[in-house]
Amino acid sequence: MTRNRNMKIASVAAFLAIVFIAVPAAISGSGRFDLYYTLTSVALLSIASAGVWLTFYIGRINIGQGAYALMGGYVSAILVMNYGWSFWLTLPVAGLFCAAASVLIGLPILRLRGVYFAMVTLVLTEVARLLALALPITNGAKGIVSIPLPGALSVFGLTIIPDFATLQNSRLAFYLLAVTLMVVCFGVMYRLVNSRIGKLCQSLQQNEELASSIGVNIASLRIIAYAVSSFFGGVAGAIFAAISQSIYPSSFTVTDSVNFMLNCFLGGLGYVFGPMLGTLVLYFGWDLLFQTGQFQLLIYSGLMIVLMLVLPNGLLSLAASIRKKA
Amino acid sequence: MEQVIANGLYLGAQYALIALGLTLIFALMNVLNFAHGQMYVLGGFITYTVYGQLGLPFVVALLASGVTLAVIGALMEKFLFRTVIRRSHREESTMLLAAATAFFFDAVILLLFGEKQRGVPKIVKGVFNEAGIIMPYDRMVVGVLAIVFIAAFVLYMQYSRVGRAMRALAQDRVAAQLMGVRVDRYSMIGFAMGAMLAGVVGGLLVTITGVNSGIGGPISIKAFLMVMIGGAGVVGGAIAGGFILGMMESVGLTVLREYGDITYLVIFAALMVFLSIRPNGLMGKPWG
Repeated sequence: MTRNRNMKIASVAAFLAIVFIAVPAAISGSGRFDLYYTLTSVALLSIASAGVWLTFYIGRINIGQGAYALMGGYVSAILVMNYGWSFWLTLPVAGLFCAAASVLIGLPILRLRGVYFAMVTLVLTEVARLLALALPITNGAKGIVSIPLPGALSVFGLTIIPDFATLQNSRLAFYLLAVTLMVVCFGVMYRLVNSRIGKLCQSLQQNEELASSIGVNIASLRIIAYAVSSFFGGVAGAIFAAISQSIYPSSFTVTDSVNFMLNCFLGGLGYVFGPMLGTLVLYFGWDLLFQTGQFQLLIYSGLMIVLMLVLPNGLLSLAASIRKKA
Repeated sequence: MEQVIANGLYLGAQYALIALGLTLIFALMNVLNFAHGQMYVLGGFITYTVYGQLGLPFVVALLASGVTLAVIGALMEKFLFRTVIRRSHREESTMLLAAATAFFFDAVILLLFGEKQRGVPKIVKGVFNEAGIIMPYDRMVVGVLAIVFIAAFVLYMQYSRVGRAMRALAQDRVAAQLMGVRVDRYSMIGFAMGAMLAGVVGGLLVTITGVNSGIGGPISIKAFLMVMIGGAGVVGGAIAGGFILGMMESVGLTVLREYGDITYLVIFAALMVFLSIRPNGLMGKPWG
């Protein structure tokens, strides 16, 4: 048991060392600074995907994460631009706003199951896009542009995070921000899944009636899981808006929502770190295939089909089956 | 007023035909076919090639669309979906496969037919203009054809041997198997028929709205809407959902015109309210 525990601590430490030290060192060594942007995107997308994974964990197929990412992006952008808030304050507010919205939306739609929930959340993504086009505050199709970079964050006069605009390398700053949040997010997820609530969520995934009949409050559990999921989506969207310094109704569309879901599937629905791996593989796979030009989508989707045929339970199921054999 | 109803009926007929294919596949396999819109586009492009480019009769083109898509559908079921359903722990995994095939079709269509909007010559010329209704004849022909196809489909499902087997399969897969229904075979036929319907509608509508490689996704979303309104996996529900959406679109475009482009926003919002009251649509089976 202790050996197992030591293994876990060692692998977490190794992971932290890789993302915080090895990757920046390798990038500055090789001079491929564009990779920062790619890796930042991966980190943020994996946060949003982690939210989707959590809804999978309670047995719901969520294709609506794009809606919350868009919402979070707009909340942050509007607060910064129209009300002059600091970005760091808008970040949790965007998350909480999305969580609150998801409670309101979730109350009716979480009663739906299976494909009904999947399709309603898909529609939700469209609703968010159309709302962003129609509402006056979101500035329609023109979107909100030239959002300032995140300013300095100081507590009691002590500067914790410097002003991004004064930094020489704001890419590195964004990378560190995104990766830190990703680590926190997956830490929370791991804790959540291995807690009492996690076990209860698993019972929901298997049989809601049965869980309900032995006294599990399924309605509130569903809402909690969905709210946490949307919180992640909102935070990821808010940082995306800050990095690109702009947000449009088309920043997150149905395709993004579907991709979040695919990330989870690809990594493996049974594994907490599945969405992280899935996002990494899908995003990098897509980037690598860029050289193939017009055949990019063909090869990408072809590979995805093959992968699905060979490993229908996700990439991490491969590791699990190896461990079983050993 | 009459114009609005006529437009709604015309839209409804074509929508219902799209939704039928989707709901058939869902009923038999529990697979949400994300690639349905792409199949529609492919059908449209095949008719465009055969009728518009090669100059063969329209009926031949429509037939070519239907048959090609049926073959594609059958192959997809046999080699992709069946395998994944067998190997996967969770049946949702088919959604990844369906989404991947949707991307795949998008890529293939883009490579084969390019990104231009394509149209074909009208099948019937002239415009009907009486009793306050203006409607081009070709739209009427397409609407009537769509209704004929729907009727044929319903009759086939109701009275043929294959249709009976598929209905049994949709009701209870295991029971159907125990009664000696060859489940694999009829799943394949069902998938082929669903794909064929998508192809046929694509072929029909290319004569009116034309086709381009980007409309697959939006068509899929519309089809999902109709299926949700009517209830997933129910033939009657798909038809009802199609006509309801057609009517709502037609009425919405007229009534809400002065408020800008918000018809679909209103439809979506109405749908969410409706689904929170009736989670399984008008006549869906529970827990989809």
